[in-house]
Amino acid sequence: MDLGTIIWNTVALFLTFCIFSFLYKDNPFYKFAEHLVVGVSAGYFAIILYFNGFIPKVWEPVTKRGEWWYILPAILGIMTWTRFSKKWSFISRFSIAFYMGIAVGVAIPLEMQQRVIKQLHATMLPVHFMNIQGLWNLLIVLGVLCGLVYFFFSVEHKGAVGGAARLGIWILMIGFGAGFGLTVMGRISLLADRIQFMREWYLMLAQFVSGG
Amino acid sequence: MDFYERLMNLDRRWVYLVVGIAVIIPVLNPFRVPVFVTQEVKAIYDSIESLEPGDILFLAIDYDPQAMAEVHPMARAIMRQCFAKDVKLIISALSQNGPGMAEQLISELGKEFDKKSGIDYCYLGYKPYFAIVILGMGQNFRIPFPTDYYGVPLDSLPMMRGVRNYDDVKLVIDISSGNITDYWIIYGNGRYNVKLAIGVTGVMTANYYPYLASGQIFGLMGGLKGASEYEVLSKQGDRAIKMMSIQTTAHIVIILFIVAGNIGYFMSRKKKKK
Repeated sequence: MDLGTIIWNTVALFLTFCIFSFLYKDNPFYKFAEHLVVGVSAGYFAIILYFNGFIPKVWEPVTKRGEWWYILPAILGIMTWTRFSKKWSFISRFSIAFYMGIAVGVAIPLEMQQRVIKQLHATMLPVHFMNIQGLWNLLIVLGVLCGLVYFFFSVEHKGAVGGAARLGIWILMIGFGAGFGLTVMGRISLLADRIQFMREWYLMLAQFVSGG
Repeated sequence: MDFYERLMNLDRRWVYLVVGIAVIIPVLNPFRVPVFVTQEVKAIYDSIESLEPGDILFLAIDYDPQAMAEVHPMARAIMRQCFAKDVKLIISALSQNGPGMAEQLISELGKEFDKKSGIDYCYLGYKPYFAIVILGMGQNFRIPFPTDYYGVPLDSLPMMRGVRNYDDVKLVIDISSGNITDYWIIYGNGRYNVKLAIGVTGVMTANYYPYLASGQIFGLMGGLKGASEYEVLSKQGDRAIKMMSIQTTAHIVIILFIVAGNIGYFMSRKKKKK
């Protein structure tokens, strides 16, 4: 174990404690760590973007391969920066319109197919009472219908419609409960990982001090 | 203020302290809890097991370091399983803060299994705008990635000879902590019909079960539990398995707090009615 690893891990440990100190109350240590994360992430992203976006997609094609047309999307990109000027901000609309046009054209058919049509198809299931699968299918169909009825506001939620809407809200609540349970698991995982890290730091330090 | 009202107004810092203790105890006194494997995780394991040596799997490592606790064990176990079976890997990292972290994992496991870049695996790295990258790779991997992460042209890599697009890979597995997964489902599966499985963080898991039910994905690993199930199946690593004991104690404490909070709520409401 080298000294550099120990030092960097100790810095990481200090930052972990800085972040955890917010659990007691807001304080300058927490603010320092928070700003550091934001700054480092933004700086790292800027460099990654420069070397993986600008250099291979604009600089090299134009300067090394003479493919000058790559400069056109770069000009569109530069045009978006005019948003910072009140006088010239209208120029940014051309590039935003260009981007929106392409994005919408690509996205709408596939979004409809994958998020709506295939999901609808998955709820069109054979419902029967002869086996467990048929009953599960019934539950899915009922769940979808009642959930939709809850969000149907053109009819007053009374009588049969009210009953369906009530069942719908129960089904939604079960869904939210599952989501909450999984969220708790996720957050505990992050905490457990930090505690494990502290333990590993301690073992690493003990090994280093004992000369192992 | 009676007991139930005090229970209702308990300072949240006591909750943090008790949960913290519940997490620390199993870290200091490790114990194992049984991990039950679900069908959606087993489907991924079985699919990789059915691959032959030399087959290619596309592994998308689409998460940032802050999600490592939950999803890193999944990527590690899958990569180890593939290397152990001599399955070749094409790896991308489309989350902006992830490429360095992914490279660290690849080189570590590459050394352990004596696997060479360009021969046994190809690390493509990062390119911005993941939707466009996913679509571009469907035509040819060389469109978004003319070179690999290390700057070597894909055409000069032995394992990439004759490998053009998703048609040449058997499976795509996306390990993610963000909405890149949506784009793999919409563009990868929707446009190019790739056989797709996903590993996501706990928070995201519930949102993706409908895609599993509809068959748009064939497998799903959810959070640390999914990772531990995969480790049990693949016998590659045990970090997630070890952390499940911490999950268990913390969940018991949280359940007790929820029960206590509800008792306090109903008892103080009953008192007010009187």
